[in-house]
Amino acid sequence: MEVMPASNRYGYEDLPGLMSLMSGDEKHDHAAASTLDVLWVLYDRVLRLSPKTLGSASRDRFYLSKGHGPMAYYAVLAAKGFLGVDELAGYGGFGSVLGWHPDRNLLPGAEISSGSLGHGLPLAVGTALGLRASGLTGARVFVLIGDGELDEGSNHEAIAFAGRRGLDQLNAVVVDNASATHGWPGGIEKRFSIEGWSATRADGRNHAALEEALTAPHPGRPHVVVAAIRKASP
Amino acid sequence: MTAGQIDAPPVENMRERFVRVTTDLLDQDPRLAVVLADITAEAFEPARRRHPDRVVNLGIREQLLVSVAGGLALAGLRPVAHTFASFLIERAFEQIKLDLVHQGVGAVLVSAGASYDDAAYGRTHQAPGDVALLGTLPGWTVHVPGHPDEAARLLRDAAAADGLVYLRLSLDSNAAALAVEGNAFTVLRSGARGTVIAVGPLADEVLMATQGMDVTVLYAATIRPFDGPTLRATLGTAAVVLIEPYLAGTSVPAVAEALTDIPHRVLGLGVGREELRRYGTRAEHRAAHGLDAASLRARIGGFLAASCPPGGTHGRARSHAA
Repeated sequence: MEVMPASNRYGYEDLPGLMSLMSGDEKHDHAAASTLDVLWVLYDRVLRLSPKTLGSASRDRFYLSKGHGPMAYYAVLAAKGFLGVDELAGYGGFGSVLGWHPDRNLLPGAEISSGSLGHGLPLAVGTALGLRASGLTGARVFVLIGDGELDEGSNHEAIAFAGRRGLDQLNAVVVDNASATHGWPGGIEKRFSIEGWSATRADGRNHAALEEALTAPHPGRPHVVVAAIRKASP
Repeated sequence: MTAGQIDAPPVENMRERFVRVTTDLLDQDPRLAVVLADITAEAFEPARRRHPDRVVNLGIREQLLVSVAGGLALAGLRPVAHTFASFLIERAFEQIKLDLVHQGVGAVLVSAGASYDDAAYGRTHQAPGDVALLGTLPGWTVHVPGHPDEAARLLRDAAAADGLVYLRLSLDSNAAALAVEGNAFTVLRSGARGTVIAVGPLADEVLMATQGMDVTVLYAATIRPFDGPTLRATLGTAAVVLIEPYLAGTSVPAVAEALTDIPHRVLGLGVGREELRRYGTRAEHRAAHGLDAASLRARIGGFLAASCPPGGTHGRARSHAA
């Protein structure tokens, strides 16, 4: 697999086309993926990370916890040169590095293997602790989870501990498309803020708003952005 | 203080030794990090004060315990995660499978409690299935030390390595540490009529049980990887008794794999699968599972007698379900 040099060859408008290479259709329904805009803003404007710095200890990390439906993730990785565009068509195939859930041992651009819900945030807590213990206080960890994924109790072990510990290198994005079966009355932000997190909500399709929310200073506390996505009308 | 002094303490159980050796290692190795879930946290307090970023007590959060170990390893540290075996291996098993093994990172898991160390607590604190569970996953080295000195040495090696290591500590201990070379079995006794493999803290009971028997006794402080070559090299009559201080039969498949091309019989002794629903002491549980010297002698003797019928010779042993 040849990894492209980091370049601006692909932009946001190219993502639907890249996703079509995986889905094999032209309808572009998948471009409505709830995570697409958050992923793009992270990789385009927020993360201090490129294919060249993937081996650097002081790089920012992105952990895709919600590993389901990773076409948007792979499209963004391809657009940013972490993955050859020629790999996309093999999506889900036996010999492909691109599974329906990512495997970091197959795909170097993926920082964690995920797919089983409720593992990304706890792993990110460990990495944030490790970066701090190594003196790498400038490196940040961003982890993307879903509002339905928050049902998993393992997240709540992580949220409570990270807040109390003041892990300010840790950043979570909760993509909220109201898919949790029993909902989160009072708002998702409250589950984090009561534990000591800095918490804010942003329009999950508005790139400027997402960038502002994801880069807001949060000294001494971990930070969560709840990215609100209106469910597509039937 | 020299390393020798640290390793040669007064009477100290395996868990106490674990704390002392790890505290020492934290001073020496900036890569090492200890993750706790309240259990043993007080004993680690001096180490935590010296290394607040590398000794982390998460509270009573065992899923997080294993995931944080995985996250620390992803950041380049060497994590040591510790709690009771029932919570470390059984409660957090998917985290072990995914956040360590599937991520492709290493860690040292150190458990206390073993199969019935705290027998009076009942079933909740008994984890006889831990080694069998880890056996469903690739890549694990499993140490079952039989003495605090062995635990200390295995811990130092594990901390300096990179892979997946499980160190199963127990309050049970043999009277003296046995010589252990790497992950190999140690030959305690040589004989012709069969091989008895004693694992970890059951070695003393096994030596007592086999007194005067014409058998080879092997000692295993490391059960994964399984030292098939030593078993084969020392094999007389192909009758093997495996005595493990956890779920009976856990390593019988490893014996079968080592002896695939040799007709053999094997008996796996250990902790029974059925719940005893008894409290009491470790000694009472050992006896209830037939792992005291007298019970072992009867069971080993019976098995070996069946393998050597009058006229039976080495190499003609039949396959026999024990």
